[in-house]
Amino acid sequence: MAERVVVTGCGVVSAIGHTFPSFWSNLVQGVCGIAEATVLSTDQLTQKIVAEVKDFKPQTHFDERQLASLDRVAQFAVLAAREALEHSGLSFEGGLSERTATIIGTGVGGQNTQDDNYKRLYREGAKRLHPLTIPKLMVNAPASQVSMHCGLRGPAFAVASACASATHAIGLAFQLVRSGAVTCAVTGGADACLTFGTMKGWEAMRVMAPDTCRPFSRERKGLVIGEGAAAVVLESLEHARRRSAEILGEIVGFGMSSDAHDLTSPDVGGMARAIEGALGDAALSPEDIQYINAHGTGTAANDEVETHAIKRTFGSHAARLAISSNKSMLGHALGAAGALELVATLMSIRKAVAPPTINYLGPDPTCDLDCVPNEARPLAIDAALSNSFAFGGLNAVLAVKRV
Amino acid sequence: MDEVAADTMAIIAKRLPADKHNLSMTDRLEDLGIDSFSAVEMIFDLEEKFDVQIPFNSNDNRTDLLTVGDIVAAIKKLVGRP
Repeated sequence: MAERVVVTGCGVVSAIGHTFPSFWSNLVQGVCGIAEATVLSTDQLTQKIVAEVKDFKPQTHFDERQLASLDRVAQFAVLAAREALEHSGLSFEGGLSERTATIIGTGVGGQNTQDDNYKRLYREGAKRLHPLTIPKLMVNAPASQVSMHCGLRGPAFAVASACASATHAIGLAFQLVRSGAVTCAVTGGADACLTFGTMKGWEAMRVMAPDTCRPFSRERKGLVIGEGAAAVVLESLEHARRRSAEILGEIVGFGMSSDAHDLTSPDVGGMARAIEGALGDAALSPEDIQYINAHGTGTAANDEVETHAIKRTFGSHAARLAISSNKSMLGHALGAAGALELVATLMSIRKAVAPPTINYLGPDPTCDLDCVPNEARPLAIDAALSNSFAFGGLNAVLAVKRV
Repeated sequence: MDEVAADTMAIIAKRLPADKHNLSMTDRLEDLGIDSFSAVEMIFDLEEKFDVQIPFNSNDNRTDLLTVGDIVAAIKKLVGRP
């Protein structure tokens, strides 16, 4: 028989707070994490704004020896996982660590390590690189580091699907716990690619906003690159109840699809199939949903197509949904985005409030759903969705319910 | 046709199937089937060819770069050979 899967811990490192409580408090207050970059030189960048994890001091969390093997992305992942585990109160006696999975999504892995080392090699003519270059930049480093730092000895691997990485990771962890293959999972996503090389790559796509991120708004001018990490602890409802754990919410469905269409243009059909998949998996009907935490990148194309996909799936109920985008505050944290947004979705249900879509200037006729403009709104939510749609046409949607 | 116009039109034509390579200045990019990301690649090719910077954000609803002639005129202005 399938296990019910609940969330018992959250951890966050974000542009609007280095911890889960500060993240949520700032998210509801509409604090914007977008500003001119300080972690990299902006001299040669046409777009100088990012949503970086500000004033982050790794030395306060790790000793020198640990830091030698941790790229910034793995630092974020480990901190988020540690906080989530502490929050959950789990202890790993009696072989539980072997029945706990570690599944961490990341878009690109250790980009700071790669950028720094390529600069040494190609520009400065270095003869050799640091021996930990490869194990720091590999895409599974965040998952491996979380597993090592937290002592988790069950199935562990990375999931990479660009902007949907964390949602795919959490979805797979959900399926593993539901099936009984593992009892618990530490899962989420991390990315930290605010480097000169990656920012020039984003610049070349010409999708970045010069001012700020305004999802679903008129005069929106594109996305803003962010960074960070979020992790959740999943466990079977039975296990959580047996140890009298505080239950933050239940994951009830997961839908995935591929557009098989275009590398960068979003597709209504692909998005709609993922949304329908999550609803079907959860045995929820469209009318059961009150809130959607949107992918909402702030590009002209995503927000219009996501609006279409929601209308296609929800019909007349779409007009009654609250739909907000955290990216207006967090920027696009890429492989971390889906995990940050799942944490936000869980808390929205638990605290009965829909976080706002800030920086909103007014309606765009192509995005005519209720995006909770500029101010959070009290809202009784029984069930909600969290949408993630990646470059490459890879779509993932999680369905969450109050327990 | 001068060299800048010919080179610009050849780069635009690269984005199109062979049967549409015969471009005229009044052809609209949208009608030719050049979508926003195809336009981004085209602009990269133009910047590389002429060593210029063309301000372009695919999220903008631009009204000044709609036709083949608009692109040719923009390039000529940037390279200083009107």
